[in-house]
Amino acid sequence: MSEPEATARQETAVTSDAIDSPLLVVDGLRKEFGGVVAVDGATFSVAEGSLTGLIGPNGAGKSTTFNCITGIHEPTGGRVTFDGQSITGLPPYTLANRGLVRTFQIARELSEMTVLENVMLAPGGQVGESVIRSVTPGLRGDVIEAETAVRDRAWETLEFFEIDHLAHENAGNLSGGQRKLLEMARVLMTDPEMILLDEPLAGVNPTLEEKLLERIHELRREQGLTFLLVEHDMDVIMNNCEHIIVMHQGSVLAEGDAETIKSDERVLEAYLGGDV
Amino acid sequence: MSAVDTVRNRLDALPDVGLVVAFIASIWAVMLVLAIAVGGANWANLAAGFIGSVTVLIGGYAILALALNLQWGYTGLFNIGIAGFMAVGAYTTAVLTAPTDPAAGAVPGLGLPLWVGLIGGMAMAAIIGGLAALPALRLKADYLAIVTVAFSEIIRLIVNWDGLAEVSLLGVPIGTGGATGISFKSANQVASTFINGVGQPLVAAMEGVGVSGPNLANLTYGILLLLVVAASYWVLARITNSPFGRVLKAIREDETVTQSLGKDTRLFKIKTFMIGCALMGLAGVLFRGQAGYISPQQFRPTITFYVFAALIIGGSGSNTGSIIGAATFSGLLFYLPARLGENVSLGGTRAPGNIIDAVAGLGSLDPLPLLAYTISNVSTLRFVLIGVVLIYIIQNQPDGLLGHRNEPATSVSLDRPQSGSGGEADE
Repeated sequence: MSEPEATARQETAVTSDAIDSPLLVVDGLRKEFGGVVAVDGATFSVAEGSLTGLIGPNGAGKSTTFNCITGIHEPTGGRVTFDGQSITGLPPYTLANRGLVRTFQIARELSEMTVLENVMLAPGGQVGESVIRSVTPGLRGDVIEAETAVRDRAWETLEFFEIDHLAHENAGNLSGGQRKLLEMARVLMTDPEMILLDEPLAGVNPTLEEKLLERIHELRREQGLTFLLVEHDMDVIMNNCEHIIVMHQGSVLAEGDAETIKSDERVLEAYLGGDV
Repeated sequence: MSAVDTVRNRLDALPDVGLVVAFIASIWAVMLVLAIAVGGANWANLAAGFIGSVTVLIGGYAILALALNLQWGYTGLFNIGIAGFMAVGAYTTAVLTAPTDPAAGAVPGLGLPLWVGLIGGMAMAAIIGGLAALPALRLKADYLAIVTVAFSEIIRLIVNWDGLAEVSLLGVPIGTGGATGISFKSANQVASTFINGVGQPLVAAMEGVGVSGPNLANLTYGILLLLVVAASYWVLARITNSPFGRVLKAIREDETVTQSLGKDTRLFKIKTFMIGCALMGLAGVLFRGQAGYISPQQFRPTITFYVFAALIIGGSGSNTGSIIGAATFSGLLFYLPARLGENVSLGGTRAPGNIIDAVAGLGSLDPLPLLAYTISNVSTLRFVLIGVVLIYIIQNQPDGLLGHRNEPATSVSLDRPQSGSGGEADE
């Protein structure tokens, strides 16, 4: 099947699927690096409060799509809308302050800072981030008060992810799995509405994987957070995501629930690279 | 267990203020012992001279190391234009405070009070620092380094330029003095006036034991400079031990992550760079311009590398370490060897004229020529010593003397709040 046809079908599919309240809408997203087209007109949306999976073979453009949505890369074309407002090409810090945050494929802990410092960094709009307020004796009271609140919340968050025993450890000393937990704890401290998870389970043992997924479901249930998840483990995606987007060669190949995706021949073709 | 480890363990046991005071006091003690050993009847005056000079050096380098620690140690901003920002501060103060009716041949200034000049100098250094940081913000760390070193040389060449030696600005004659330099209100003079006024009884008592007036004034100035260091330390400790400081550390570790967590890192970098440059400008006046005279020669790039050496020895990322590093570098590696070389001689052995003759003595198992040569050339050879110490530290203690310590970037105690369940992490 040719690409344009697939895209056309996809667009109709999205409109007919009629996601009730899309929180994130990606429309015709395009990103070129020199002559290479990494993302070629990707179009999809993510419903509020959902756990949506984004899958695709290596080189399908998943990570580049993530980077374009979260402002790490500026898209060459297309539109991204979050919560009804255009966020195309906005810098990462603006997006984070609006409630759209991400984790990284390879955990990027701030290694020479303690676990607690890593987590306490994250909350937005901290009064103590103003130099004047942090230094001037009279104004410092507010800073101390806010810091105490941030500290208490940081301990709670670390307890939630069961890494509180590592609080005073430098983040660089953590194991791979603990770093993934730390990343989750950190983005959670920003008070997000939506979290983009870039392969959060890669290199994580089954027990920890279970724990992470449990946390994700709990956050959805209790705080109504929306998740977009890139993952290579098919079972995880099929078992946990109610909506799945399949990317192939820079555009969206198929979209739907696990049953739809499993029975979609084009998806099997894309993954196995031939007739099935 | 290396020598550095031993020193480290001893240092770790002390609280920070005690640590710094003890460290500087022991350098003073070394100077005192040296003065008594070589000074004879004149030991008291010699000791005052040594201690005064070493204190001024420690004070100057401590301010510079603290400023660099904020920029490089905390934020990872690689500023190798320190000399240039010192020059901006010093020259601005000089132009603001130089007398309007100078001696023949000198350059006139605006004749403002010294404190106005100091504030002006710091402000101008901050502004120029901000300008230097602007184009570099979009670039990676290495490019900031190139921009700053270029800035610093441009500044030195501008103040060295004849065209600005004496100009008329809106009818007011001012200028930089070009290559001949410029004289202005001396900060040293303030200390001298102070000690000869309020401290008159002390001056008389010290003269009784043979300490000359200028030496005592210089020592007073050194101590005043240490007060400036204390004030800078206080401000910087509050800046770094705060949510602001936490963002700075995060920028050093991974700027993309910091942005992804909602921090506009550009603003933080600019502010940090400006604060650091303001302090460097202050050091430019109080340290290089202490005697009320500056010339472009005093702002060569070498001083930039001395400050880096001091910070690496002390441990980048630690404010206390910055001061300890500055004291170690300027007192023990820079000043002490030079004084030893001047004042220690090996009885009858004359120093050979060159290194070949010096080493030749070893052939007949006579180490004295080499030793004598080393002592008489120590002011040159100390740079070899500094190099050896740097290589040793970078290889064996890359964190410096105190850089391994965690000075958590927060304004409050980080212990688990009372309500939390047990199982406190061990420390």
